[in-house]
Amino acid sequence: MTETLAVEARDLVKVFGGKLEVRALDGVSFSVQRGTVLGVLGPNGAGKTTAVRILSTILTPDQGRASVLGHDVVKEAGTVRRLIGLAGQYATVDENLTGRENLRMVGRLCHMSKRDVLVRADELLEQFELTDAANRPLKTYSGGMRRRVDVAAALVARPPILFLDEPTTGLDPSSRQDLWGVIEGLVQSGVTVLLTTQYLEEADRLAERVIVIDHGKIIAEGTPAELKADLGTTVISVTFHDAAAAREAAGLLKGLSPKDASVDGSTVELTVEDGPKVAAEVLRTLDQRHVDVAGLALREPSLDDVFLSLTGHKAEEPSDGADGAPAPGPAPAGAGPPGHHETDHEPTGHKEVAR
Amino acid sequence: MTTATLAPAPAGAGPTSGNRVGWAIADIKTVTWRNLINYTRIPEQIFFSSIQPIMFTLLFVYVFGGAIKIPGGESYVDYLMPGIFVQTVMFGAVSTSVGLAEDLQKGLIERFRALPMARSAVLGGRTTADVCRNIVVVVLITAVGFAVGFRIGTDVGLFFVALLLVLFFAYALSWGFAVIGLSAPNSETAQLMAFPILFPFVFASSAFVPVSTMPGWLQGFATNQPVSVVINATRSLMLGGQWQSASAEWKALAWCVGLLVVLAPVAVWKYRRTA
Repeated sequence: MTETLAVEARDLVKVFGGKLEVRALDGVSFSVQRGTVLGVLGPNGAGKTTAVRILSTILTPDQGRASVLGHDVVKEAGTVRRLIGLAGQYATVDENLTGRENLRMVGRLCHMSKRDVLVRADELLEQFELTDAANRPLKTYSGGMRRRVDVAAALVARPPILFLDEPTTGLDPSSRQDLWGVIEGLVQSGVTVLLTTQYLEEADRLAERVIVIDHGKIIAEGTPAELKADLGTTVISVTFHDAAAAREAAGLLKGLSPKDASVDGSTVELTVEDGPKVAAEVLRTLDQRHVDVAGLALREPSLDDVFLSLTGHKAEEPSDGADGAPAPGPAPAGAGPPGHHETDHEPTGHKEVAR
Repeated sequence: MTTATLAPAPAGAGPTSGNRVGWAIADIKTVTWRNLINYTRIPEQIFFSSIQPIMFTLLFVYVFGGAIKIPGGESYVDYLMPGIFVQTVMFGAVSTSVGLAEDLQKGLIERFRALPMARSAVLGGRTTADVCRNIVVVVLITAVGFAVGFRIGTDVGLFFVALLLVLFFAYALSWGFAVIGLSAPNSETAQLMAFPILFPFVFASSAFVPVSTMPGWLQGFATNQPVSVVINATRSLMLGGQWQSASAEWKALAWCVGLLVVLAPVAVWKYRRTA
């Protein structure tokens, strides 16, 4: 028999009732090998948090089953709770307690010995560079410090499996980098991590495997490299003076990228492997055809690009506007309403330009 | 085959049915401790929640009291104080609703649910912390009462029995207010939801005025509803004399036990259902 999987989910279905029935999870299956990191990538409302809540025994699935280190999350919920640590935007600690008190509280609730509770709390405060702030109530902490306490609290009982639900959503870039460093350290120490995120960059940096989830279904699965190979590594965004020019250019640029160019108002986007080289070709081609370029930008593919490429529709905007998520790309003036990002499969304005 | 390949068991692993009760008590203690620390971390809350019962006492003794005639010509402050005790712990119970709604809203309970702690500890710890808070409140009201001229009509022993009755009543109600807290979408709404339930029971009672001065249609409710029954019993124990009534005392005890037996399971059921 092969090694037990750290996490296994089979055909999970969860429907939330109410006036509008929502299939938060619609037949989701995945597994996580021990000692690895699985990234669950998707926009708000995709079903990521629901999956984490089922795996951490907070919710029971309507159909399907899930297990953690071979223990069923419904039938052996008590055992599962001793094997997991959970941290995330919906599972926080007490903001009126100090960092140290929070960690001690979790230790006591995990029934660790009195001495171990004290030692472990101080150990984690040290590890997460919170010793100086240890005796201050959490409400005086910065966003990055609070997230570190959240993650530290999940680690108090030294669980072999860690669920991190959008650990860096809402953090500034430097706090995000810090937390990534922390998570990488944990993985090196042998902890298995399941991480949900809205950021392709985060999944790329931390996860060995990624599943992309949308409307409760897995729409792609693979290593970050595989996903990026599918998608390209750079997005070239060319802006024109009007939509007609953009449509014309999309036709001209056909063949420069493995996938068709997408047109949004007066902007054309190409997703390619070698950004600078193709960008030069783009400019050369357009110059030869005397199409005026208003602007050109290169950027990393965003979650929106992944979704556009995988589903043909844009990832929905995060509904939680306060979370400081990076904008999904430059929005050109006169762009269509969000969610109507067309992929230009059959360029109609394909014709020779008169000299 | 599965467990053999597990990493070393994490700290605190292994439940045995024998120590389950011990663990549940330990968890309730931990959550109680956490709730009590919360009270001390918001000094404004302590200050204003202490001021409120003092103001109620002063308001009724010095502002309304002169206009209220007590049968038998007894002093109004003696009549009033048993009602103030009950009214104060009832208003305080709103913080049970608000606190639970806030814990739900902020995600603390979500975290608790993923921990290997006793399921009963969240509600058990909340209601136990409320008892601790109410003990402080009751001591405060006793001091205020004596300062404005309240005197025990029976003896100190019965006065303490009366305080225990008030605390027991508050404990039973905590579970009811927990249900409100678990039903509310957020802490502000929890507060709004709690007051309309409190008001008729607190004011259409024998707390501040004799029920005999109310219109006939209201007297039936005002005489028999639990708050009046508990206040009458408290008066019987604290004042004796014309208020002495063994039947009120037994009825009050029955109400407290009855409310606890009904409300606690409803709260537990609601807690289990609240995802």
